Amino acid sequence: MSKTQGRPKLAVWKFASCDGCQLSLLDCEDELLQLADAVDIAYFMEASSEQVRGPYDLSLVEGSITTEADERRIREVREQSKALVTIGACATAGGIQALRNFADVQEFTAAVYAHPEYIATLKTSTPISTHVPVDFELQGCPINKKQLLEVISAFLHRRPPQVPPHSVCVECKLRGNVCVWVAHGTPCMGPVTHAGCGAICPAYSRGCYGCYGPKENPNTSSLCHWWQQELDADRATVVENLRNFNAAAPAFERESRRQEQRHGEE
Amino acid sequence: MQDFVLLAANLDRLIQALRAAGYQVMGPTLRDGAIVYDEIHAVGDLPQGWGDDQEKGRYRLKRRQDGAYFGYAAGPHSWKKFLQLPRRPVWQAQKTGHSMQITAAVETVPAMAFLGVRSCELHAIAAQDRVFVTDQYRNDSYSQRRAKLFTVAVNCTSAAATCFCTSMQTGPGVTLPCDLEMTEVIDGAEHFFLLRGGSADGEEILRQLPLSPATERHHRLAQDAVRRTAEQMAQGPRHFDSADLQALLYRNYDSPSWDQVADRCLSCANCTMACPTCFCSTVEDTTDLSGDHAERWERWDSCFTGDFSYISGGAVRADTRSRYRQWMTHKLATWYDQFGSSGCVGCGRCIAWCPVGIDITEEVQRIREAESG
Ligand code: SF4
Ligand code: SF4
Ligand code: SF4
Ligand code: SF4
Repeated sequence: MSKTQGRPKLAVWKFASCDGCQLSLLDCEDELLQLADAVDIAYFMEASSEQVRGPYDLSLVEGSITTEADERRIREVREQSKALVTIGACATAGGIQALRNFADVQEFTAAVYAHPEYIATLKTSTPISTHVPVDFELQGCPINKKQLLEVISAFLHRRPPQVPPHSVCVECKLRGNVCVWVAHGTPCMGPVTHAGCGAICPAYSRGCYGCYGPKENPNTSSLCHWWQQELDADRATVVENLRNFNAAAPAFERESRRQEQRHGEE
Repeated sequence: MQDFVLLAANLDRLIQALRAAGYQVMGPTLRDGAIVYDEIHAVGDLPQGWGDDQEKGRYRLKRRQDGAYFGYAAGPHSWKKFLQLPRRPVWQAQKTGHSMQITAAVETVPAMAFLGVRSCELHAIAAQDRVFVTDQYRNDSYSQRRAKLFTVAVNCTSAAATCFCTSMQTGPGVTLPCDLEMTEVIDGAEHFFLLRGGSADGEEILRQLPLSPATERHHRLAQDAVRRTAEQMAQGPRHFDSADLQALLYRNYDSPSWDQVADRCLSCANCTMACPTCFCSTVEDTTDLSGDHAERWERWDSCFTGDFSYISGGAVRADTRSRYRQWMTHKLATWYDQFGSSGCVGCGRCIAWCPVGIDITEEVQRIREAESG
């Protein structure tokens, strides 16, 4: 099958990440054949070692920037890509590895590696958008495969992706869940978290822990206030929920630092 | 009109009569720590002996001392989810060669019977009827569901702290037409429903039930129970005079209270999703990967989202202040201009299900206070 002529070229790139988001693409099973029909999968190391040279019509980028080599490589990727879409919490917000941004990375490497002198890494883990212009950011840890297909379809057919940036609460209510915050007193990040997962955690009577990162217009300080005043959450719980997969997303980072600072003052 | 007594022990007969008449019976049931609306197959599905404690941002189930079937107040769900579906396909399009075929989604619309509709909820359905059925932009999906609907209304004999129907003149006694109206009465060891038919369909169901004629005493017990509920609300903190709300809000676009509430509001949209009258929806247009197949879906939307007011260049209501003001002003003021009634029926859902306990009645009060300095 080499009817690559005329089909848009798709590339999938990996930076510092767990591969989970790329795997969502492989996990598409039924749609994977349709995808292979619609695009020429030109570069996707997770799926095939066959590589077609750029330029690419659409690049999906997974992972964050944590080394100088990454910094150089993402610029090359950008240069070769007509459209660049970041997928997942690492690529859009720095990922769990951005916890280093709140600490001393040298202390980490010294504690973890027998020979830390071999480790060449940056002090921070940063999202792709810190380094190059990004056309669309798909949030989630991992991303939702249906949303990924939606974004690819949208880019292929030049239409806006249907990825609403409202709260998880909207999905929770559409699904008919009973709100775990109001009915059980369980702290839930849903009101400040970007929709996309379909409100899975509240559907299983758990609080959302924010793995899709901030929604548009998030009011983290009001949420944290209520958690502490009315739901008996302690400062550590508040900070842990703001500071996980999307720790370096600006809205969450600002709030977690503010919470720590207030703690210091008390 | 002739009223009848149905012993509580025979309540299942009502459910079975509705089912036998071809209705899918929807009603209250316990799930995940709340009383929600879902399909009811038999009397055992009802939340007998359960009530609730509600306050702003808080809802807890509570065991009642009696065996009441309808001893709870408005919960997280409203009937709107069965009439204005949260998501539904509108049409799909298929491209073949050079032509494109657009097919409207065809729904098989069930005949539903709502069991346990409260007075405020009848008012809410009437408010949505004015939007979807009688207004100039008719919604066929809603209209078809509505046309087949059978309503069993229940007079409220207990209210939550969040209820304020007395302020909005929508309850607690039923004031709008329904197919059957009932009042649950528990007096010592006696437990019965006072029943009244409100339509030919309702009378037809009544004929199939083991009823006895109601006496003066039955009426008195039922009226007392509803009166006590009204008194309870009239003495509560959420009772207020709503006569001047429209003028009050129109005078106060620039009230400092909007800034205060915006500091607390999460713009999460829970209030509008829980509200039985909020009717806003959006459409989502998608294609598949091939681009040969396209679909349009309708789904609930809310004036609290950024997308809601998004036009070329950005959201008109970018900040929470303007979103909350839009919501409250629509509910309590502009709704009158648009549909000739209040957009709020006083059910209290937005108060209980707001995660940070923002209370529309308290906000009215704050605006008043800010105005009078
Ligand atoms: S359970 Fe969480 S996500 Fe769902 S409505 Fe409540 S706060 Fe929002
Ligand atoms: S208050 Fe908002 S969501 Fe509700 S009907 Fe009005 S504009 Fe729509
Ligand atoms: S605005 Fe609040 S109290 Fe009024 S009808 Fe809607 S949910 Fe009920
Ligand atoms: S008023 Fe409450 S429920 Fe409504 S958007 Fe604001 S925080 Fe959410």
